[in-house]
Amino acid sequence: MSNPTTAVSVSGERPPTAAPTPARRPVAQRNRAREWATRAPLLPALIFLIVVTQLPFVATLVISLFDWNSFRPDRRAFAGLENYKTVLSDEALRESIVTTVLLTASVVIVSVVLGLLLALLLDRKFRGRGLVRTMLIAPFLLVPVASALLWKHALYNPEYGLFNGVLNWLGGPQPEWLTDTPLIAVEASLIWQWTPFMMLILLAGLQSRPLDMIEAARLDGAGAWQIFRFLTLPHLRRYLELGTLLGSIYIVQNFDAVFTMTRGGLDTANLPYTIYETFYNAHEYGLASAAGVVVVIGTIIIATFALRVVSSLFREEASRA
Amino acid sequence: MPVLTLRAARIPVVALTAGALLTGCAGMGGGSSGDKTIRVLMVNNPQMVDLQKLTKKYFTKETGITVKFTMMPENEVRDKISQDFANQARQYDVATISNFEVPFYAKNGWLMPLDGYAAKDKAFDQKDVLPSMRQSLTAEDGKLYAEPFYGESSFLMYRKDVLAEKHLKMPERPTWQQVADIAAKVDGSRKGMNGICLRGLPGWGELMAPLTTVVNTFGGTWFTKDWKAQLDSPEFTKATKFYVDLVRKHGEAGAAQSGFAECLNNLTQGKSAMWYDATSAAGSLEAAKSPVKGKIGYVQAPVEKTDSSGWLYTWAWGVQKASRHPDNAWKFISWASSKKYEDLVGKNFGWANVPAGKRSSTYSNPDYRDTAGSFSEETRKAILSAKPRDPGVQPRPTIGIQFVDIPEFADLGTKVAQEISAAIAGKQSVESALKKSQQLAEKVGEEYR
Repeated sequence: MSNPTTAVSVSGERPPTAAPTPARRPVAQRNRAREWATRAPLLPALIFLIVVTQLPFVATLVISLFDWNSFRPDRRAFAGLENYKTVLSDEALRESIVTTVLLTASVVIVSVVLGLLLALLLDRKFRGRGLVRTMLIAPFLLVPVASALLWKHALYNPEYGLFNGVLNWLGGPQPEWLTDTPLIAVEASLIWQWTPFMMLILLAGLQSRPLDMIEAARLDGAGAWQIFRFLTLPHLRRYLELGTLLGSIYIVQNFDAVFTMTRGGLDTANLPYTIYETFYNAHEYGLASAAGVVVVIGTIIIATFALRVVSSLFREEASRA
Repeated sequence: MPVLTLRAARIPVVALTAGALLTGCAGMGGGSSGDKTIRVLMVNNPQMVDLQKLTKKYFTKETGITVKFTMMPENEVRDKISQDFANQARQYDVATISNFEVPFYAKNGWLMPLDGYAAKDKAFDQKDVLPSMRQSLTAEDGKLYAEPFYGESSFLMYRKDVLAEKHLKMPERPTWQQVADIAAKVDGSRKGMNGICLRGLPGWGELMAPLTTVVNTFGGTWFTKDWKAQLDSPEFTKATKFYVDLVRKHGEAGAAQSGFAECLNNLTQGKSAMWYDATSAAGSLEAAKSPVKGKIGYVQAPVEKTDSSGWLYTWAWGVQKASRHPDNAWKFISWASSKKYEDLVGKNFGWANVPAGKRSSTYSNPDYRDTAGSFSEETRKAILSAKPRDPGVQPRPTIGIQFVDIPEFADLGTKVAQEISAAIAGKQSVESALKKSQQLAEKVGEEYR
């Protein structure tokens, strides 16, 4: 499933201010014609892109202004910002916002840290490195819903799951993972899926390091930790940013894990799941659209903000180094 | 991804961040492809998959009517049908609707009454359709709006061998108290085996279905006749407490995330001694490869204050009111829900796969009885004794046993189920779960007063 709304720019860059237009010369006429001749072949693609990404979003915006339940088509009416009021005042939706933030932040942070450790390990040369790398990437290649099913049944299930089976064999306790620690259990499965993704990005970063500089640092007597702290980490900055940003955008939208493992029970309902319920169970199209719009706006704000924070942190790092 | 067409503003185009659902009517107009084609939208259950396989070879060959099928999961199919039928967009002639939707779809004027067709079609034999099924597909105006494809009730399944070891006897018509006592005695009788499996997974069609049947028989109800919410009434509370205590004490581990699928696993793996759930589960328990085949006994749903408490659910065929091919649509329905079709499935895919639970004749068919002997009679009894108009001890505002028949129930039932599931997990008390639930139900009730 692709998200029609991610096409909205989420880069932290400010839009470039329009360059001052140069004074027009008569020749400009011909130039412009030539410019359009080069642009023309690209236009269909641009129009297609706008149609498939932006129009649905505009439609969502329009629908979000209506009081519309699909089982009661006769009561459909323009409601203005009523749905947004409901979204922001509804307790269940507010709780799901908190859940989403918790889920996303913890999964991204832990995945990045674990991914970094794994990437550092894989950056070294050893026998069977290719095989290990392939095996580590495997979780990311699983279909999300298949991964959620695997975790729910094969691992977490207290009656016939692997975890409790092993604990039983060792004579340990028999925790009910999804009941005792529902959110952590969901997070764990997502971390397992997303760590390889972070690892891949960071590994690419590690392998593009200028080795001569490290060599030089080593000759100057820098230890492994110092090399990591003052050379590797600043170099990885952009890769960490990218991993965090992409990870956040994808995990904010994660639906499969919550839907499959807990059905939103025990305070694990995140925004995508709550919207799904609003749409498919309550059949409230207007309300679901409004919630969707709020999520998009929230994602853009958080992504922009996060990028700036991360960038500024690293700029300080760079100036201190 | 459906095609988007901007055909007037009626067409919903809803883009959601939620895993990005992009829903839209594919605006194909329908009906333009000759008179001998009908379009059918159905839920993707195994029985429907079999139907798709057999249609071309038999139905189209006999009648010359081409059937174009669209299949989707349950939630999506409900949504798609409500879109198409609400706008009478005629994209589909026939759709699978359950007895939950039929009454209010009919009230909205989305469905075509089928009485006339059923009366004229002698071969279809409308009288053979089980009475409770007919009743649950009849709307307030007394007209029939759908024909069942297959149906189910609920009953109690138990391990005969485990009870025998403990010298326990399952009564013919057990009460819930007796079931709880047996559950306590067989709990842990074998290594890793719990007393009873009951659903705890949130959802109006998961936890709420069995729990509502318990509420009914304990004398509780969701709403009074005049739409006063009753979720914090003593009866509703007692029933919920009973259910939650039973599953916490003698039920499966991880009950708050256990639905139909998990309990089925528990039973087949020998992890549970009893299970109260859908009659359709028996087919899987008695399947050729099932390790518990032949070890399971079946009795009617446990009761307290009522004579029966089994639920009633059916996937049925409804015809869109604006359909341009109602005659051909009926021909298809009449074939798919016929005795003849059941025989076809029996011969092609085995008798265990017959879409049963809708006709009396199915249960007198010797071939079917050979395969489903152990549970077929109890299933028939359960469906026959289900009273969708009078499932409890007091008059109800709507038809329905394990649900309240209003569109809002899907959302309300799911939210209440989430509260009760949290009580099963031990995160809150039953009282506090029901207090929150009562507030939600009051809001819904007010709209109907």
